[in-house]
Amino acid sequence: MDAPEPLEDETRTYPGARRPDRQRRVDANGIGIAVYEWGDPRARPVLLTHGGFDFAATFDLLAPLLADAGLRVVAWDQRGHGSSDHAALYAFEADVRDAAIVLDSISPEPIDVVGHSKGGSVLMQLANALPHRVRSLVNLDGVPSGRNVPDIPDHQRTKLMADDLTARLDHRRRVATLQRKPGTIAELAERRSRMNPRLDRAWLEYLVTIGARRDPDGWRWRIDPAMQMGGFGPWRPEWALMRLPDLGMPVLAVLGLEPELMGWGTRPEDVEPHLPPDGRVVALDHVGHFVHIEQPRLIADLILEHLERAS
Amino acid sequence: MSAPVLRLQHGRVSLALHQRRDGEGRPLLLLHGLGERTPDAVPEPLAAWPGPVVGLDLTGHGASDVPAGGGYYCEALMGDVDAALAHLGPCTIHGRGLGAYVGLLIAGARPALVRGAILADGPGLAGGGPTPPSPAVVTSLGSSPSRATPDPWAMLELSRDVRPPDYAATYARLASVNSGLDVAVAVVGVNRPPWLEAVVQEPGVVACSLPEALDRFAAVD
Repeated sequence: MDAPEPLEDETRTYPGARRPDRQRRVDANGIGIAVYEWGDPRARPVLLTHGGFDFAATFDLLAPLLADAGLRVVAWDQRGHGSSDHAALYAFEADVRDAAIVLDSISPEPIDVVGHSKGGSVLMQLANALPHRVRSLVNLDGVPSGRNVPDIPDHQRTKLMADDLTARLDHRRRVATLQRKPGTIAELAERRSRMNPRLDRAWLEYLVTIGARRDPDGWRWRIDPAMQMGGFGPWRPEWALMRLPDLGMPVLAVLGLEPELMGWGTRPEDVEPHLPPDGRVVALDHVGHFVHIEQPRLIADLILEHLERAS
Repeated sequence: MSAPVLRLQHGRVSLALHQRRDGEGRPLLLLHGLGERTPDAVPEPLAAWPGPVVGLDLTGHGASDVPAGGGYYCEALMGDVDAALAHLGPCTIHGRGLGAYVGLLIAGARPALVRGAILADGPGLAGGGPTPPSPAVVTSLGSSPSRATPDPWAMLELSRDVRPPDYAATYARLASVNSGLDVAVAVVGVNRPPWLEAVVQEPGVVACSLPEALDRFAAVD
């Protein structure tokens, strides 16, 4: 047996971060989805949707600013993420469906929606499928482009694809017994910093205490180890981009222009030709992919201004 | 009474692998179409296969598990087949409809374990077509708590998934380049959705009759 770990102070706070006022669960066809709310339950609702490998607590800086401005802010953990149930199958269409079920649990009236990264794509699809339920849409650095796909010759691409398929199938063979690696709060924050290199270490440690659980042998991220980065299948950036021109509600696309591993590298000129009639794009210099974490006040003000236009 | 059923684990899903005929040599692995299940006996047109015949019930079908909340996509079903290959070793695959598409995927992804893939007509061959269909969200199918198969989420989602022709053609190319077989894929069906039309143009893919395909793949090492 290992020697017991020295006692560690396991509470973390972060300036401006505030946990939700209320939590509940909704049933998505047998999968329990964790839902969080900030602010007056009778106020105008706004739905926040996180990106891949994130969870609702990544809105702990943005949501309180919106709640304090008089909104009912609702966020949720996607299946397999945060405190929602792990599933046997993960697919984009299933995330869109889960989002619609969360939407149903908020209000039958059209509401404002804000999505980051993949969450932005999920909401663009949702807004296309249920246009009568979405009043306005904000996409936070979640409009994809082909820019971060390397330009390589065909034969090399085929070889890369073969290696990728082998790795993914090998992973599927192990998945029944996979467990996340335990560690200290600092170690989990260190691992996450590879995906979030621009974010403050104290912020990442704060996230660990929410997105990970304390097992006897250490902290483990709650996210399902079955999930892997990147899609397994024929998904293409154009398929999300093609949803943009069809949107009939006010749309705001925000881009963080600092290139990052988790981002698309999308430029305003990639988005502008696809903007719907009531759409606009705001590009932020010196801000990375996690715009709402780097600049919560600025993003809250952009959202509030956008909601004002949609009133 | 009933033929032997082996349970295989793929992630959280327990799959049913049915032994339909014993024998020596490389098995013929049957992949059913959308909404189907492994047939109770070896179908007459496949009886000429010289070796054992097995059938896999894909996730949400036949005697395999129905997972909560859907989320089906063909690459997950390719993982089902990979679980069967991990148990059986090298196989020749016969796929109907959905099973033909999944059979093509696994032939490209595990070229050392798939010694020929026969793509036949059957339910779910076209999927949702070559480009994304109009968005639609269904939040409930009123499915029974009994988790009966076929899973209605499988029926819905696997008839809407996108099957781009160039994506399918890449798997055909991977199969023919990396299997070492002169012919890695045999198309025996009549229907040609866009993905299959692209596949049949690839080197290492032939269109032929089912008896010819069985003969051809029975003869390879």
